[in-house]
Amino acid sequence: MGLNPAQKEAEKSLLLTTVEKMGRWAQKSSVWPATFGLACCAIEMMSVTNSRYDLARFGAEVFRASPRQADLMIVAGRVSQKMAPVLRTIWEQMPEPKWVISMGACASSGGVFDNYAIIQGVDHVVPVDIYVPGCPPNPEALMFGILKLQEQIMKGIPPKYQRLAMEAQTP
Amino acid sequence: MNQNDPEIVERLQSQFPDALQSVAAIDQPTLQVGLPDLLRVMTFLRDEQKYKMCLDVLVVDYLPTHPRFEVVYHLYEPWKHARIRIKTRVAINQSVPSVTPLWPGANWPEREAYDLFGIVFEGHPDLRRIYLPDDWDGHPLRKDYPMTGTRID
Amino acid sequence: MAADKLESTQTADPSQTMIINMGPQHPSTHGVLRVRLELDGERVVNAEPVIGYLHTGFEKTAENLTYQQCNTITDRLDYLAPMTNNLAYVLAVEKLLNLEVPKRAQYIRVLFAELTRVASHLVWLGTHVMDLGAMSLFFYTMREREVILDLIEDAAGVRMNPSYFRIGGIAYDLPEGFHEKVHAFVKDFPRWMKSYRHLFEGNPLINERLEGIATITQEQALGLSVTGPNLRATGLPLDLRKDEPYSSYDEFDFNVPVRSGADAYARFWVRVDEIYEAMKIIEQAIDKITPTGPYTSSNRKVSLPPREEIYGNMEALIHQFKLVTQGFVVPAGEVYQAVEGPRGEMGFYIVSDGGTKPYRWRARTPSFYNLQTMPLMCKGGLVADVITAIGSIDIMLGDVDK
Repeated sequence: MGLNPAQKEAEKSLLLTTVEKMGRWAQKSSVWPATFGLACCAIEMMSVTNSRYDLARFGAEVFRASPRQADLMIVAGRVSQKMAPVLRTIWEQMPEPKWVISMGACASSGGVFDNYAIIQGVDHVVPVDIYVPGCPPNPEALMFGILKLQEQIMKGIPPKYQRLAMEAQTP
Repeated sequence: MNQNDPEIVERLQSQFPDALQSVAAIDQPTLQVGLPDLLRVMTFLRDEQKYKMCLDVLVVDYLPTHPRFEVVYHLYEPWKHARIRIKTRVAINQSVPSVTPLWPGANWPEREAYDLFGIVFEGHPDLRRIYLPDDWDGHPLRKDYPMTGTRID
Repeated sequence: MAADKLESTQTADPSQTMIINMGPQHPSTHGVLRVRLELDGERVVNAEPVIGYLHTGFEKTAENLTYQQCNTITDRLDYLAPMTNNLAYVLAVEKLLNLEVPKRAQYIRVLFAELTRVASHLVWLGTHVMDLGAMSLFFYTMREREVILDLIEDAAGVRMNPSYFRIGGIAYDLPEGFHEKVHAFVKDFPRWMKSYRHLFEGNPLINERLEGIATITQEQALGLSVTGPNLRATGLPLDLRKDEPYSSYDEFDFNVPVRSGADAYARFWVRVDEIYEAMKIIEQAIDKITPTGPYTSSNRKVSLPPREEIYGNMEALIHQFKLVTQGFVVPAGEVYQAVEGPRGEMGFYIVSDGGTKPYRWRARTPSFYNLQTMPLMCKGGLVADVITAIGSIDIMLGDVDK
């Protein structure tokens, strides 16, 4: 029998999905980063928002100055001993769910600076979801990192701090 | 060699006989001064010889020798474009007279020298740590401080 | 409007002042700068910068690296103008070594130093005007900077932090087609710059926010060891490229912009004029560089031999091996060499003990000294003028915190 033409027209404008999927799609398409540019990687982060490597087309339109309005913290640059408590405070001020991208070699592992002053990897202070290597990473590399994060969100993988909390609970 | 002020060494030697020792250097006139004469020499250089800019105050740690630290001052005369380097030796628990009253720009470099080497500058308006957290232990740029500090990983 | 510093209708009683913390995470402090503001209403009683949030321990790290390896960390000091730091460092070591650099390599160094000066001033212009409220100029200037970064990427392989200069010359020769690209850039740039000037030249909003703000006299600036455009805006024409020329700068014809207003407006226009002067130098430099020729010193004890030689010549292979694994030996002594960077006098003081690693490696970074002027500039002004002051000093936190 099939559908009559009116029903076919109506089907074209219907989207069948679950509420969860819709929620995840909305989350991944509007990840708003918080400005946490520290050093040289911050300049490449600024370049990724500009007209050549436009990040706004992937939803990361506005870089919020206030962490209370942001979902994503891109730690761009080397984190010194004095800055580590500030980093943790800003991360805690972000509302859940929140993600962290560690941009650059210094944030991921201390980079070229294996000395008294630099934290050897931001994951000693905050839980990190995506590591983007480079010194500094090309803006395209950072964009790839953000797209990978969007894939993760779409698949439903919980943010790192939730995974760590779940692991801590299981005996 | 920066010879834009060629007679500066003679003028200094005639003003302060026996207080200065000339050191051979390839880039600018360099003089070694004893700690008691430091402020007088600096005041003379700033007021009479017009070395109005103190470009840098830094410390070098020559560990096995005594006195251990050498404080180096780079001065600049902006009209003749003349440079001069003044050095003085300091032992580990000795204090150095501060040149901040003469050149306010020496404020932060002296705080940095205190922070990273542990040298106390007498007469400094606000001597406290500048780069490291206030409760840090030790002075990192000394030669006997390990590269990775007290870090565990 | 010009801040009325002499009169205040509010009292400055200590029990009435408010202490507010600005930063270290703040969109307008251009990095991790923390300012401790003591306010009496909207007026600033004291603005004290607290630094150290980006302290990296460069000087300690450099004592563990060979002279050639130290070149790679110099980029990270003033990361907006990396070639300038490179240049200061390699000139210092070459002075200690008494090494002769071929003229062609010197011209290439001048070309890249001026390209990074233009790139750094473009970022300054974009962010400074963005802080004052005009966001669109930021996107325009960063777009021009992308063209410069393309040129640097062509030659050095990396956009930022290229470490392109080596002790003895430069790392790789210029690629094919480079001359045409630079000519195209030099031809296009004035047209874009003219259209951007329409946005800020004569703009009453920008003028009101800059004129008379953040003043500092020449006497105060000299006492505080201020160098670079901040000092040239007080009327003193101090520029190391003219006063103590290095790397063949004396063969180039350019002017040094000087203004005497000593306020944020004067500093703004000194830097904008410097962009045009740098373009003049770039044009002259690219004409002086021959398409082929020596790009590094022929002293094999210091510079790496060209790859073709290594495959056939035993001595070249041994030189390559020793230079890469051990590094070269620098005779004992000390040297201070400074260059004119976009922010001021960038200098390196190196003490060598006759080994392959520096004994003491000191970077005289300009922003560290320039930032000491902040309390003087902000006292008595409004809170919004603190942002103007930070932008007009043009600080770079990598420089400040080393």
